Amino acid sequence: MTQSRPLLEVKSLSVTFPSEAGPVEAVRGLSYHVMPGEVMGIAGESGSGKSVSSLAVMGLLPRRARIAGSVRFEGEELLGRGDKDLSAIRGGKIAMIFQDPLSALTPVYTVGDQIAEAVQVHQTVSKQAAMDRAVELLNLAGIPNPRERARAFPHEFSGGMRQRAMIAMAIANNPKLIIADEPTTALDVTIQAQILDLLLKAKEATGAAIVMITHDLGVMAGFADRLTIMYAGKPLEAGAVDDLYYRPRMPYTIGLLGSIPRIDAAPGTPLTPIEGSPPSLTNLPPGCPFTPRCPMRVDLCRKVEPDLVRMNGSGEEHFAACHRSAEIEQKNLTGLDIFPAPADRTRDFSRVSDVPVLRITGLKKHYPMVRGAILHRRIGTIQAVDGIDLEIREGETLGLVGESGCGKTTTIMEILSLARPSSGAIEVLDRKTAGMTAQDRFQIRREISVVFQDPMASIDPRMPISDILAEPMLTHGVPADERARRIGELLKMVGLRPEHTSRYPQEFSGGQRQRICIARALALKPKLLVLDEPVSALDVSIRAGVLNLLEELKAELGLSYLFVAHDLSVVRHISDRVAVMYLGRIVETGEVNCVFNHPAHPYTQALLSAAPLPDPRKERARRRIILKGDLPSPANPPSGCRFRTRCQKFADELNDQQRQKCIDVDPVLCEHGNAGSDHRAACHYAEGGKLN
Amino acid sequence: MASLPSPIVESPVETTGNDSRFRLILRRFLRRRLAIAGLSVVLLLFAFAYIGPHFYKWRYDQIDFEAFLQHPSATHWFGTTQNGFDMLALTMRGMQKSLIIGLIGAVLSTGIAAVAGATAGYFAGWADRAIVALIDLILVLPGFLIIAILSPAFHGRTWLIFVVLLAAFQWMITARVIRSMTLSMKEREFVYAARFMGVPDWKIIFRHILPNMSSFLIIDATINVSSLILAEVGLSFFGFGVQPPDISLGTLIGDHWESAQTANGYQFYFPAILLVVLVLSVNLVGDGLRDALDPNAGTAAGKGAGSK
Amino acid sequence: MVYLAFLVLIATSATYFLAAAALNPRSNFAGRNPPPPPAVIDAQLTSLNLNDKTPILVRFGRWADGVLHGNLGLTIDHDSVNAEMGRRVGVSLRLLLIGSLLGSLCGIAAGAWSAVKQYQLSDHAMTLLSFAILSVPTVVLAVFLANAGASFNDAIGHRLVYNTGEYTPGLEAWSGADVVNRLQHLVLPSLVLILQGLAFYSRYQRNSMLDVLGSDFVRTAQAKGLRRSQALIRHALRTALIPMGTFFAYEFALIFIGSIFVEKIFSWHGMGEWFVQSIQKNDVNATAAIGMFVAVLVLFAGFLSDVVTVTLDPRIRRA
Ligand code: SF4
Ligand code: SF4
Repeated sequence: MTQSRPLLEVKSLSVTFPSEAGPVEAVRGLSYHVMPGEVMGIAGESGSGKSVSSLAVMGLLPRRARIAGSVRFEGEELLGRGDKDLSAIRGGKIAMIFQDPLSALTPVYTVGDQIAEAVQVHQTVSKQAAMDRAVELLNLAGIPNPRERARAFPHEFSGGMRQRAMIAMAIANNPKLIIADEPTTALDVTIQAQILDLLLKAKEATGAAIVMITHDLGVMAGFADRLTIMYAGKPLEAGAVDDLYYRPRMPYTIGLLGSIPRIDAAPGTPLTPIEGSPPSLTNLPPGCPFTPRCPMRVDLCRKVEPDLVRMNGSGEEHFAACHRSAEIEQKNLTGLDIFPAPADRTRDFSRVSDVPVLRITGLKKHYPMVRGAILHRRIGTIQAVDGIDLEIREGETLGLVGESGCGKTTTIMEILSLARPSSGAIEVLDRKTAGMTAQDRFQIRREISVVFQDPMASIDPRMPISDILAEPMLTHGVPADERARRIGELLKMVGLRPEHTSRYPQEFSGGQRQRICIARALALKPKLLVLDEPVSALDVSIRAGVLNLLEELKAELGLSYLFVAHDLSVVRHISDRVAVMYLGRIVETGEVNCVFNHPAHPYTQALLSAAPLPDPRKERARRRIILKGDLPSPANPPSGCRFRTRCQKFADELNDQQRQKCIDVDPVLCEHGNAGSDHRAACHYAEGGKLN
Repeated sequence: MASLPSPIVESPVETTGNDSRFRLILRRFLRRRLAIAGLSVVLLLFAFAYIGPHFYKWRYDQIDFEAFLQHPSATHWFGTTQNGFDMLALTMRGMQKSLIIGLIGAVLSTGIAAVAGATAGYFAGWADRAIVALIDLILVLPGFLIIAILSPAFHGRTWLIFVVLLAAFQWMITARVIRSMTLSMKEREFVYAARFMGVPDWKIIFRHILPNMSSFLIIDATINVSSLILAEVGLSFFGFGVQPPDISLGTLIGDHWESAQTANGYQFYFPAILLVVLVLSVNLVGDGLRDALDPNAGTAAGKGAGSK
Repeated sequence: MVYLAFLVLIATSATYFLAAAALNPRSNFAGRNPPPPPAVIDAQLTSLNLNDKTPILVRFGRWADGVLHGNLGLTIDHDSVNAEMGRRVGVSLRLLLIGSLLGSLCGIAAGAWSAVKQYQLSDHAMTLLSFAILSVPTVVLAVFLANAGASFNDAIGHRLVYNTGEYTPGLEAWSGADVVNRLQHLVLPSLVLILQGLAFYSRYQRNSMLDVLGSDFVRTAQAKGLRRSQALIRHALRTALIPMGTFFAYEFALIFIGSIFVEKIFSWHGMGEWFVQSIQKNDVNATAAIGMFVAVLVLFAGFLSDVVTVTLDPRIRRA
């Protein structure tokens, strides 16, 4: 890494798009360089310009984009070159991997053809040779039966496999540089671990440098050597990962790191929320773009935009763009010094009573798998949920975790529809849904409400806030004057201004809309809130605020939460108890500290080890359990233990006789650890693992 | 329950209100010069058809016994027919009928499509299958044929029957689009939210689902106006549509097309060209509306003025 | 396939019922001078299976029985419907096939090109042209073209294209002169349908292509080193073709209706002309036969468009 000449050198790059509201300044003065073989990270929230800047490097922006500055690759300027020149470099010396591997592959060609095409563009080889090379690349990328799978179409691949194919395509011509744009964002955490692992292998195999673009500071910590943090199109801080994570010198970076829930932190560790939301990129005011959200702002910040300057105290190349970073460095300020301390969050378990608000026993949900538009033929059964038990007591938060396809969404849809389940029972406030009349069901809807993942999609964009909040009350016959009073009260409760009732959802940011959704869910004073991934669609800096709000509301109003999420760190942060789901079953459940500190089920262990930590040293020291393969089809689950096809314990530790038990006998949830605790796991060989 | 002290008070990020959404749409529409031109022409033609007759000395049912088959002149601006009727007066009268047929028919057809499509998509099950089968059936038998076959049965009755029939055979493709839009909107979280708070199904359809397609419905209705005007012309041309004594642009073209290749071509060209101008303008308005209301719409809203 | 056949069945029966209910063959005799005695009229109508004094279901039963045995009944003039249809089908199919094939090909090419040149002059011109064509009723377009053909002949001083009839009688069948002559007759009527197909498809193809142009996989194609034009043709165009299959079925019904006007204006003796005449003559059996013809045609188009879609789209193929 001591070579003198950088592979890629970006200087004062700026990108502007024309728009109806005026020019959008997507990137403003970005400079960075990448040395051969190193991993350079660019992190930022949505709209920070991180993806746009990499597309600019590749010359892949739409023509209306105005690009200025300089991009030098191996000393040669790339900006301003024609399509012909650039296409000789693209896919050859510089390769790119995109976020969503489904839309990034052409649906009408086989995966093999698409990789072979990449080979043939840059090498004069026969069609057959290119195809052979494609198969070899797929094999390298860890795709089983590569020769056969090469003939499959993208829609026949799972998300993880598609991303493997993308990587195979990227390394087809031994590139010098790979630009990976959010390569794991659309993937589940265990698949993310596989892909990150593969990316590192690909890097070793080709010796390429990587530009890694992600919003996830956890992923970045273990992956990148150096890092640039972008905000509103500007780099705000840059340097070696250790410097940035352990010695951040500007308020945005500090706030960001403080707002991420960590899987290794005890529940209740306070998060420092950053108020407000990122600025609009049109008509940016002068001065530091972070000013409106910065607790340290001074008058100067509003007038003069700070430049990136070298920090003397830490490593060689640590830069920050803040008027007060010298002061931060000197006083060694941290998030707790800068950001207002959140409300007191001591947990009060005494509030958890023994009264269950929701009890589920033996719930099953099987869908018929049908084919044919007119004459439906049943060709199988999808066992989306296959016999689960859950219980939530008053004042308690139950976290339900699992990856996509595990059945958690089906579970909450079953609960919320309040219908008679096809098998098993659902009891809300001690009343079985099976015996309810339509009227009963309508009444009980007051007690249980829901907040969905995507705040953009969960409120009707054509209604003003007042109508949105009034709808549940209107439906349940709350009188008009009471409604009006309650709407103001609700808005205040979730931290919005009561004057805003006549505004429309479009006028609010994502975080604010999620607050509106929470307010709506609380309108009828329910006992139980079902929270379906309530923060995963939000930007990192906004999540903390919503999480804190949820906790405060729960404490004040004595609510119970069913908190569904795929993000373990969020679940750990907010839950009292947790249930881990895999392929329609609950594989482990218990008090949150027990499960996270001493995971007993191999799947939980793998999940925990795959969850990234925003802590470079810990990340580097960690040994990851990388699960094999993909989730089996819920239409055809493995015999015996459903996890056995991917179980690391089954594969590496057990002897044949023990294995036979896993194959033959379906393990049930049984008590684990100290007698009396409700920590239970569904594994024949459950044990107390350690969080590494 | 006392209201909580609020930890964070945020204000909206942008200041684009709903009326500024309207202004944005207006701005986008106005930027399309062609759409503006189309709108102006449509308005002019409306005035021409409905106000024009009050300022013109000939009435459509008046015979000038001194001018049979007379070419355009100062007295008869568009000339006369061989029976001495004034072409301009006839054209204005015919335009009235074409316009009103287009408007009523379009509203009816889009209305049927909205209700049928949303019902099929939302309720699934047998209602869905019945509506889809009906749509398939009507698509197999083009409306033109059915209306033509039925035309002897509405001879001598009000033209409104004809309009209803036109609408009854115009809604299917729109209904299909609305059905698939409903299918996806039904899975949207705000619809789930309404369902889980106990809002009745029909209210969800009319409060949440259809209003969220209003852009598409407006565009569709506009395009339908031109489709229906064209359909009217086609049917009336053969005498299957508007029946005498009513006059429409279709009957005029049907009566006079054979003159097109003679020296008396004016009898054909005046109504025909005005008709084309009208339909083109309506289409331009529709296209402008699409750009303004639904700038990202792809093929879903790309239903063109396809019927003849 | 079963469903399709079922639809044809329903559609044909429905046509028969509608025609039998709405058309009134008895009125054909009303204007005769001297008026024939009622018994004669009844006998005449009964022999054609058109007597409205016979219950409609009985008439339908007789007709359906005939149809199942390949006999479509008699026309109002006591000719065989089968024979008349045999004469006319070929005439119409020629127009329909040429119109739909050339129309869709030109339309797809024009639409794709328009999309690639989005917002450039050629795109605007193409868009305006297709809008203009879609705004002209088929009758008017046909009359325009018929006149334009005549003027064209006058201008070059030689009769290159014909605007009446299908061929000039008297030429030896399938001789070189006859083929050329038929082509000369074919140009203008086909052009009407081709222009309409062009306008129709180019709108959809342009939209479909624009949807695809911004998609990630086109970007991927460029990222692996394809030139923009290569990426557009190999990846974008190929994918944007998929929705076109669906439109084929719709357009085929429309094009048949278009051919009714074209046959009228250009005096071709095809199915379309026959349809208009049958209704004017209250000819129930002929009308029902045409209804069947159209239903079969549309369903065949529907079947073809399914085949095309499945061929183009692997996601459907293996689903
Ligand atoms: S420059 Fe000012 S506003 Fe910007 S981060 Fe530094 S202290 Fe905050
Ligand atoms: S039962 Fe066997 S296969 Fe299943 S999780 Fe335990 S060890 Fe793994």
